[in-house]
Amino acid sequence: MLNWLGFERRVAVRFLREGRMQTVLIIVGVAAGVAVVAYISALITGLQRNTLEKTLGAQAHVTVSALDNVVLPARAPLAGSSALVQTQPRVQRPRSIANWQSLVPVLEAMPAVAAVSPMVSGAGLAQRGEASKSIALMGVDLDRYDRIVHLRSKVVQGEARLGPGEGIIGRELAEDLGVRVGDRISLVTGTITDSLRVTALVDLGVRELNRRTVIVPLRAAQSLVGLPGGATGLDLALVDVWVAQSLASDLSRRFPYKIESWQEANSQLVSALNAQSVSTALIRGVVMVVVVLGIASVLVVSVVQKQREIGILRAIGATRGQMLRVFLLQGAIVGAFGSTLGVLLAVGLIKAFTTFVRGSDGLPLFAITLAPSLALSVAGIATVCGVLAAVAPARRAAALDPAQAIRM
Amino acid sequence: MTANASPLIELAGIHKSYNLGMPNEAEVLHGVSFAVGRGEFVALIGPSGSGKSTLLNVVGLLERLTAGSYRIQGEETSGLDDAGLTLRRRAVLGFVFQFHHLLPAFSALENVTLPALMREGRVTPAQHERARAMLAAVGLENDMHKRPGELSGGMQQRVAIARALVLEPPLVLADEPTGNLDRASSDEVFVLMRRMHAELQTSFLVVTHDPRLAARCDRVIELVDGSIESDRPATAVRE
Ligand SMILES: Nc1ncnc2c1ncn2[C@@H]1O[C@H](COP(=O)(O)OP(=O)(O)O)[C@@H](O)[C@H]1O
Ligand SMILES: [Mg+2]
Repeated sequence: MLNWLGFERRVAVRFLREGRMQTVLIIVGVAAGVAVVAYISALITGLQRNTLEKTLGAQAHVTVSALDNVVLPARAPLAGSSALVQTQPRVQRPRSIANWQSLVPVLEAMPAVAAVSPMVSGAGLAQRGEASKSIALMGVDLDRYDRIVHLRSKVVQGEARLGPGEGIIGRELAEDLGVRVGDRISLVTGTITDSLRVTALVDLGVRELNRRTVIVPLRAAQSLVGLPGGATGLDLALVDVWVAQSLASDLSRRFPYKIESWQEANSQLVSALNAQSVSTALIRGVVMVVVVLGIASVLVVSVVQKQREIGILRAIGATRGQMLRVFLLQGAIVGAFGSTLGVLLAVGLIKAFTTFVRGSDGLPLFAITLAPSLALSVAGIATVCGVLAAVAPARRAAALDPAQAIRM
Repeated sequence: MTANASPLIELAGIHKSYNLGMPNEAEVLHGVSFAVGRGEFVALIGPSGSGKSTLLNVVGLLERLTAGSYRIQGEETSGLDDAGLTLRRRAVLGFVFQFHHLLPAFSALENVTLPALMREGRVTPAQHERARAMLAAVGLENDMHKRPGELSGGMQQRVAIARALVLEPPLVLADEPTGNLDRASSDEVFVLMRRMHAELQTSFLVVTHDPRLAARCDRVIELVDGSIESDRPATAVRE
């Protein structure tokens, strides 16, 4: 194995070393390309992971709710005739999911489902003294809900507890109402008024949510919203967030409920992420093409410059295959060196990014790392690109007429 | 002449045209026939443009002939493909050119070990020794690690001779090996070739302009306008 491609290796390396400036420039070019691709890939991966974590950490992966009320025509049209019917959508009131108590264990038994949390949601007003704010009321079982949105980790003040008569509210809402942990506020929905003691303030990551959210025990919400024993929704957390879509459509087929995956609930985000991935792929593609063309053009020039040497080598016994491999190898070497350098450069860029680009709180915006598998695959692809780029010049070298080359 | 049944190389009725089938088609060799036996030292002379280099390239399997027969050690070569020609070049031939004879990126020693390297992918210690000995034999023991650019023309040509002979091919082809050298160096190089010939029994086919050198060969073939004008022992030329 020691002498595998021994001749080709020696000659390829010598030719490259002889090409000094050309070689340095093309290696730097490949390095720049690889660095850009690796850096952008790492950046976008980090950004997307961060966005998804933020999104999925604050909401259910799949939600189950009652189907919308549909208005049925009062009289069915006679068979064989058709009727023009004008219907007006009904006002949607909070409605309970039928049989939700028996649905919960069924869902929990599914291997893809990590947690199920029933909830009652509705609208209302929170009042304290003169201040009155409209709120989104959520009744949950704290332990179950915590497994969906990690509520306890979002507590910024107090300690999350939801005993009878207790509640958790958003940080901004507390500011607006001027309440602190331990204070009492009144909740008004329709005709019912209840009062609760604030046990904790939470930051849900979105200011608008913080300004409206009031979380109370399931039972309290049931009576406030007027759905005794009911649940307006079931929140599901999944083991693997990426099966949400298929699980949701699977469940929709099996149960007469409205079932929505996080992708459907965040379709804008999902399409934004997709657009981002497509742009990254495009950038990668363009950079790759540029790298290939760069290597190819340098090697084409090198073949022309080295016609005489190629002729001499052929005359003293080098085969066409050997000349072909000498140039393919040059492409591979340039690709390999360039990508090694490029990966190092990307690591440096990422380090610079995490060091210098900080959020307003002085912490890194999000974690970006160059996964070894990504680095390896980018480097591997660049090396393959190097070889591909060398194909045309190498064939030219191999096809060179030695007699012609020597006469020059 | 050799008494051997099949000569080392044997050319019969060789025609060579350039740009075949094109408006500028030109026949350079018009039916050339000759043979070179083992251990012969043959000069190929003739005016500039008479087709000497073309003929040498045909003999060197670098150029395909248009018509005729060319046998090496009894084997017809005209039907061989590029790989076949390359193999025969490796097995039978050594080359010395007038210009651009060495690879500038490799040292003298590396140039001399190239033939072994390209055959086996490596250079064995024995081959290294052999290459050093060859360079010593051509008087370059102190310059083996220099690049061609650091050597004089005569020294470069001696390296080329060492490279052509290192694997002891049966036939060495030299195209005006001294054409680019001053008189002293060209004498030196010529003497060296004769010495190698005497030591290794290698056959030589040497294109030269220089009648003085031609006269010191064993046999002189004169090419004029693509045809052999005369083919006789050097003694006859000298008279
Ligand atoms: N590749 C080629 N294409 C066309 N004509 C060529 C080519 N090589 C040589 N010739 C022509 O062939 C003739 C013989 O050339 P050459 O063999 O180099 O002669 P010499 O070596 O005797 O000076 C010249 O007229 C030259 O122009
Ligand atoms: Mg010539």
